[in-house]
Amino acid sequence: MANALLTLNQVSLALGGQPVLESVDLCLQRGRIVTLIGPNGAGKTTLARVVLGLVQPDSGQVVRQPRLRIGYMPQHIRIDDSFPLTVDRFLSLAANCRTRDRREALARTGVAALRSRAVQRLSGGEWQRVLLARALLRKPDLLVLDEPAQGVDVAGQNALYGLLAEVREELGCAILLISHDLHMVMAATDEVVCLQQHVCCSGTPEAVSRDPAFRALFAGQHVPAENLAVYTHDHDHDHDLHGDVHACEHHHHD
Amino acid sequence: MTELLFLPVMAGLAVALVAGPMGAFVVWRRMAFFGDTLAHGALLGAAFGLAAGTGLYLSVVLVCLALSLVLVALQHQRHLASDTLLGIVAHTTLALGIIAVSLMPDLRIDLFAFLFGDLLAVNETDVWALWGGAAVILAGLLVCWRPLLSVTVDEDLAQVEGTRVILMRVLLMLMLALLIAGAIRIVGVLLISSLLVIPAASARRLANTPEQMAVIASLFGVVAVLGGILVSWFGNTPVGPSIVVAAASLFVITLAVRQR
Repeated sequence: MANALLTLNQVSLALGGQPVLESVDLCLQRGRIVTLIGPNGAGKTTLARVVLGLVQPDSGQVVRQPRLRIGYMPQHIRIDDSFPLTVDRFLSLAANCRTRDRREALARTGVAALRSRAVQRLSGGEWQRVLLARALLRKPDLLVLDEPAQGVDVAGQNALYGLLAEVREELGCAILLISHDLHMVMAATDEVVCLQQHVCCSGTPEAVSRDPAFRALFAGQHVPAENLAVYTHDHDHDHDLHGDVHACEHHHHD
Repeated sequence: MTELLFLPVMAGLAVALVAGPMGAFVVWRRMAFFGDTLAHGALLGAAFGLAAGTGLYLSVVLVCLALSLVLVALQHQRHLASDTLLGIVAHTTLALGIIAVSLMPDLRIDLFAFLFGDLLAVNETDVWALWGGAAVILAGLLVCWRPLLSVTVDEDLAQVEGTRVILMRVLLMLMLALLIAGAIRIVGVLLISSLLVIPAASARRLANTPEQMAVIASLFGVVAVLGGILVSWFGNTPVGPSIVVAAASLFVITLAVRQR
C-alpha cells in the first residue's frame, strides 16, 4: 500500500518458550486509527513492542518506512525519587523543542498547570496526559498508545478520543491504540484488530462486533453482552460505562 | 604543609569533581552495587599487573573496563536478579584477586592501602593520570548528557525516540569503571561507592534539576576531600576514611534542609 507507514507480515514471537504472537499481519497507514483489542495475555503489549522496534520477532517481517518518527505513550513509567525532574524538563528530553511548544503540548492534553511540578508527584491520570504531551511534541508519523483510557474517567476518555481524532487530522499520522476496554475505544476507530496470540478477526468496529470469533472471545467473559454494542454516528442515545442507555440531548438526527 | 598536601589535594579534587555527576547517575539508576563490584575486581587487576610486570594501576583500569563490559552483557539475561549476579561476580573476583596475590610471595602489595586508599602517597604522575581520566569522563558526560538522561528516565521511551540505549549503557559503565580505577587511590576498594553515593545523595534535597544535582554533588565531593585531608593531617587519622566521614557529615547536615 502506498501510504503504509509500517507493515507486519506473518510475525511470530515466543517468550520463554511460550508462543505470544503467531503469524500476525498488521498494516498501519497515515490518517487511520487502528485499535488492538484482546483479553489480558493476548500479546497486545508484545505486538506494540514489535511495532515500536523494542523487540525483534522470531520470524516474519517488520517493514518500516525510513525515518519513521514514532510517538509512544507507555502505560506507565516509573522515575526514581532521587531524580530531580520537572514535567517541563521531562518533555524537553523528548525532542529539540522550544518552551512555547512544550507549553502548547501540555495545554492540549489539559495539564498546562503541571508544567513545573516534579514528575514524582503526578497522579496516574496526570502522568498519562504528560506522556501523551511528550508523544505529541515529537510530531510523530505514528502514535502508539498503550491503554490510554486506563484510570481516566468517562468525560476524560471522551476528551482523549476527541483529541486523538484532532491530532490525526492535524498531523495526518497513523495511530495504534491498545486496549482491553472494548466499550469506548470502538467509537473512535477506523479498524479494530482482535488479538488472541493470532489475529482472530479485524475490520471496521461494526464488522468486528458482529464477527462470531470476536463474540466467542469476549461474550460470556467479564464483559456484559450489552457492552458489545458499538457506537455509530446514527445513534440517538448514549451508553454509560455500565451499558445503560440514556436519551441524548444534542445528537438528534433527522 | 602546603607543599606536602598539594599533590594529594589535586588528586582528590580530580576524583571528587567527576564523582559528582557520576554519583548522580549511580543514585538515579541504582547502580551502587555495580560500583562495588567493579572495585572488588580491581584487586584481581592489581595482581595481573604485578604478575605481568605492566604498571599496577594500568592493569587495574583495564580489568575494571573489561569487567564493566561483562556486567553490561550479564544485564541482558533474565534468569537471576541483577543484585544476585553482582554479588557472585564481586566476591568471586575479590577471592581470585586475593588468591592471585598470595601465590606471588615475592611480590609485595600493600593490601591495607589498596582496601582503604593511600592518597598521601600519590606522586606527580598519578595526579596527571587522574586529571587525564577526569577530563575524559567529563567530556563523555558533556557530549552525551541528554541521551544519558533520556536513558535514565526510561529506556524503552528513549529507544523509541531514537536514543542508542545500549551504547549509552556501555558508555556509562566504562566511565564508571575508569572513575573507580582512579578512586581506588583516594579511598580504596572498600569505600569507593561512598564517594559516589554520599555527595549525590546529599545534593538531592538541594537540587531541582539533574544539572543542579550533579554540580552540587561535585561541590560536596570537593568539600569532603578537603575536609577529610585536613582532619587526617591534624588528627593523624587515615585519610580515605576521613574523607568518607566528612562526606557523611555533610549528608547529615543536608538532612536538616527542608525538602522543596
